[in-house]
Amino acid sequence: KTTRGMLSDSRVFDACENRKSKRRKKQSPTDFRLSRLRRDSSGTSRSNWKINTMIMKTNNSIYLCRQSFFPSRNSCSPVQFRNSSFIHIHAMKVKVLSRNPDDYVRETKLDIQRVPRNYDPSLHPFEVPREYTRALNATKLERVFAKPFLASLDGHRDGVNCMAKHPKSLSTMLSGSCDGEVVWNLTKRECVRTLQAHEGFVRGMVVRFCGTSFFTVGDDKTIKQWKMETPGYGEEEEPLNTILGKSVFTSIDHHQKEGVFVTCGQQVDIWDEQRSSPIRSFSWGVDSFSCVRFNPVETELLASCASDRSIVLYDMREATPLKKVIMNMRSNTLCWNPMEAYNFTCSNEDYNLYTYDMRYLDKPFTVHMDHVSAVLDVDYSPTGKEFVSASFDKTIRIFPKDSGHSREVYHTKRMQHVISIKWSSDNKYILSASDEMNIRLWKANASEKLGLLAPREKAAVNYSQKLKEKFQHHPQIRRISRHRHLPKSIYSQSKELRVMKEARRRKERNVRKHSKPGSMPVVTEKEKHVVTVVK
Amino acid sequence: MDDEDDEELQRALADDIISASEDEGGSDDERKHCKLLEAISSLGGKKRKKLTERSEASIQVSEFTVNAEGEGDKIHLSDLIGTLDKTPSALIKTKKQLKNLQHNQSTLETPLTRKETEKIQREVAFEKTSKEVSRWQSVVLQNQKAEQLVFPLNQEPSGPKRIEQVVAGWKAQTPLEQEIFSLLRMNKQPLHDPVLTPTEEASLRAMSLEEAKIRRAELQKTRVLQSYYEAKAKRGKRIKSKKYHRIQKKVMRKEYLKQFDEMVKTDPAAALEELKKMELSRMKERMSLKHQNSGKWAKSKAIMAKYDDGARKAMQKQLEVNKDLTQKLVIPADEDEEDEEESAETLPDFVNDVEPILDQVNPWMRGKLSTEPMMEESNRLHPPVWPREVGKPGEGRDDQEEDEEQMEETEEESLLRGFEERRKLRQTEDVKVSDDEEAGLSNFTSLFHGLVNHMEPPADQPKAGPGLGQGESPALLEEGLVRVRTLEDVELLSQDISASDTALLTTRDLGTEETDTQSATQQADKKRKKMIDPNEVLTKEAKVIEMPLAPTAVEDVEDKEEQRVIIKEAFAGDDVISDFLKDKRKQEEAGRPKVIDLTLPGWGEWGGLGLQPSRSKRKRFRVKVAPPPPRQDQKLPNIIIAEKRDSSIAAHQVCQLPFPFENPIQFERTIRSPVGRTWNTQNTVQKITAPKVVTQLGAIIEPIAREDLIKDIRQAVTGPSINLESDQGPQKKRRSQQKKKKAS
Repeated sequence: KTTRGMLSDSRVFDACENRKSKRRKKQSPTDFRLSRLRRDSSGTSRSNWKINTMIMKTNNSIYLCRQSFFPSRNSCSPVQFRNSSFIHIHAMKVKVLSRNPDDYVRETKLDIQRVPRNYDPSLHPFEVPREYTRALNATKLERVFAKPFLASLDGHRDGVNCMAKHPKSLSTMLSGSCDGEVVWNLTKRECVRTLQAHEGFVRGMVVRFCGTSFFTVGDDKTIKQWKMETPGYGEEEEPLNTILGKSVFTSIDHHQKEGVFVTCGQQVDIWDEQRSSPIRSFSWGVDSFSCVRFNPVETELLASCASDRSIVLYDMREATPLKKVIMNMRSNTLCWNPMEAYNFTCSNEDYNLYTYDMRYLDKPFTVHMDHVSAVLDVDYSPTGKEFVSASFDKTIRIFPKDSGHSREVYHTKRMQHVISIKWSSDNKYILSASDEMNIRLWKANASEKLGLLAPREKAAVNYSQKLKEKFQHHPQIRRISRHRHLPKSIYSQSKELRVMKEARRRKERNVRKHSKPGSMPVVTEKEKHVVTVVK
Repeated sequence: MDDEDDEELQRALADDIISASEDEGGSDDERKHCKLLEAISSLGGKKRKKLTERSEASIQVSEFTVNAEGEGDKIHLSDLIGTLDKTPSALIKTKKQLKNLQHNQSTLETPLTRKETEKIQREVAFEKTSKEVSRWQSVVLQNQKAEQLVFPLNQEPSGPKRIEQVVAGWKAQTPLEQEIFSLLRMNKQPLHDPVLTPTEEASLRAMSLEEAKIRRAELQKTRVLQSYYEAKAKRGKRIKSKKYHRIQKKVMRKEYLKQFDEMVKTDPAAALEELKKMELSRMKERMSLKHQNSGKWAKSKAIMAKYDDGARKAMQKQLEVNKDLTQKLVIPADEDEEDEEESAETLPDFVNDVEPILDQVNPWMRGKLSTEPMMEESNRLHPPVWPREVGKPGEGRDDQEEDEEQMEETEEESLLRGFEERRKLRQTEDVKVSDDEEAGLSNFTSLFHGLVNHMEPPADQPKAGPGLGQGESPALLEEGLVRVRTLEDVELLSQDISASDTALLTTRDLGTEETDTQSATQQADKKRKKMIDPNEVLTKEAKVIEMPLAPTAVEDVEDKEEQRVIIKEAFAGDDVISDFLKDKRKQEEAGRPKVIDLTLPGWGEWGGLGLQPSRSKRKRFRVKVAPPPPRQDQKLPNIIIAEKRDSSIAAHQVCQLPFPFENPIQFERTIRSPVGRTWNTQNTVQKITAPKVVTQLGAIIEPIAREDLIKDIRQAVTGPSINLESDQGPQKKRRSQQKKKKAS
């Protein structure tokens, strides 16, 4: 019997709905193979009854058999059947000549076949030049895709003075302006709720660790606690609790786990949520504090910046402050590293940021330079590897925690003095609040692709990252990766600062050269900025 | 007193009124005013509050009116003691105390000022907190060094969960379910909330993934070590040499004895046990007829012994074994005597005979008489005349038996080493032999071998030393290589050789002189300990450099010339110019393009060993490359301009060594190893390119919590405590640790 004859007289119907087998049939009707069953379970269950015909090929003749010829097949599951290359039917042994299409055919056209590869180095020469080119391209592409600015949240009618992250929700953010305050929804980029919290500036705000309420302090000498939920219809917007203080509060922070918060103004006060008077207050010959922060790791520790150019450390459990360091100029704010219990960074008026180890206050272990005006705020990334700073020079800079210079600078034409800055708690975004009533949303990694990445995309990103890291010292790559556009004023100012610094250094060197040896000791950059440590 | 004060005041006031009325008397007025002021001021000094009596209870009591009677009066000691008259014993005591108090002039120290106390408080508090904070140091460092950090830090293990874990509040309701659950409960199976059985949970808690990994790695290591030792033992077992095994056994025994000695010192109880065991085995041995030379084999050997050395040796050996086994372990001093007695009793006479020395290379024999071959050399030439001190060789052997005993251990070691070396040598020889077989195929290798053989003798020569006879060579060859470290050593070395030479010479020349031979033997004996012979060193003629004789103070020209001459002399050896020229020529050679030969042998004609492709073909397939542009330094004879440097590439090259690297090689190595998929397997690429920080999309990263620290510390404590040898699980270990803690 010929194949054609077999086809014509048999009542064959191929019930399998496999797309590929159909396509193959169209292409070459004489090419018979065991139809591949569908992989998914529903398919197999369907094919249980649909496939009742098989095409088999023995030595040189082809038989079409109905499944009913083989009662024993009924007991055999189709899955087994599919995977075996030999089919035992009664005593007859049938060899299937065709290979299992699963092994070599794509499921979809997007599937990638496994390509066996020979890794013999002689077959793939010039590895360094090729990788160098790839690294160069990756660096260039990174710069091409570096578009960090995501959105601007406008709605405030005065400069935004402070912001607060929600500890439990990534999409919620609070901002306090010079006249009232607003709760934002970040995913929709719209204002959810507005409330008139204080008369005058809202100086500080913080969300309670559970995320159900938040505290604000304002110029009207009050501390107010508010519900996070929007009041229902007909309800009035009223604070849960109001505490009237003796003087203006400038900053507030909440304990990580307990119902305790801390404010500062003329002194540092620690409050219990249940009481209307502070449970403890610290003052150490200073009349005004600008910022106070709880340590997020060792939750009983505090640090504050005072107007007498000092940073003071406290322990909530002790009756006295711990230590203070006095610097050349005033620190505006500080932020503790969330992953390293003893490190904090303060933003200073002298254009620099200083990272201290709280155990060794006599000199900062890193001085972060690059800003060309006073640094107003600083916030750590939740991974503790980097921090972001906001400056009076209308830029935001991102510093690695142990590097002296920034890895990134963000600015826009319309952004004015940046007053407050926050790094979102998923490590992806940065929020900046500035003088001109806007809050801006930035990407933390300028060229990062947002959203889910396919595994291959992820692998490619990782590879290019690794390449950039590997070749980072090569001049071309370094030049391209470091290149940033700066506003002209900032560019010229930084240049000027550089010149000034160089001149100062030269002068010092000359003085040293012409004075008695040993009379002019070398003072390192780190030591220069600290006046004393007061015990 | 108060009354008086009042009167005074009234008087003064009256005066004042009077003076006020008298308007004119200005000076008088002033005087009076002063008086008044004085009166008032004097009033203030003596001012005293009136004693007021409180007769009625009132709510408001002024603090100024509270007063006690006799307030102003001083209390004297006598007042206090006065009441104590009735108890004389107490009185004396208190009297003494009071007297002491009165004499004691020192006062209590004034308390510190508030400022200072606060400072101290602050310092103490700071110390405390900084210590507390420092606990994080290890965690912080660990995170800094970590290859990869995954945030949020405390993630639950991903993957499917059981339905019981997800559905919390489910309870058995139908009777069937209840029955099943009652059964489960009886068998201590989990019901609803704890999905795992208590034992399972305990085991889970006992071993985290990392611990398990560490443990597995350790087990693997021990297994490998074990297999290695087994293999070694097997190899040792398969060695057929009886000598080797005998020595091995001896070493083992010795080691065991050593251990036993130590055990006696450290753990006497265990040592006693061991001793008992040994005693028992001894008794058994004594009871049995083993090794007693009474068996069939032994009898046959005894017959043969008179004629056969081997048989004699075998018998002796067996007896020795017997002796060893039946020996009582006592103090060594007695042991010797007993040995002698025993040997006298048990050994047949012939055993004690001196065995003929069969091979001279026998290390055991050589240990005694290391100088013998040389002596023999000299003896051959001259009839031996033995000085009295040294005695005949046989006697000498007796003398040196003690030395032998001392040296035994080291000899054994050296022997074992010798075995090893011989084995290795045999292996290499095998390799060489196989090489030689292959060498027949290619003449290149044979040529190479020839070359090597040719090269070898000069390398060996310095080792052997000049002027050594062939008779001496085996002994000297056996001598290990001695590292020469200092100049003195070098001198010593040369002297050793020369000294032995001279010794030989002297024995040849003045064979009859006793002292000389003696000195010669001594010198040969301790070569390394020899002192420097001043004559040897000093009589050598120093090289005299001929200098132009010139007075020191002369004109500049002469000076310069002299200098030039000196420089010329100093650099007489190296010809800089020719070196430079050579260098340049080499560079030029390297820059010249080479002819590329593309001929394929056997293509289009017969090919095979020894067949060369035809000349025409070679000509055809030889590609000549166009000559390069002329070199830049072609016409500059004294300059080499490197043509390799390409300025267009220089822009892409790193000109400074980047920070963390210490040398260019390190840096180049990092650059050279490729990371891409083109050069590495999938897994490697994934591993290499793994990002340092991984964050999850949309997950809030909390600050590190104190629990992490505690967990980390616990891990650090339990991590290294896993023991290599013990086979029990960490669970047991922890329990035992806890027990220990409790005990302590």
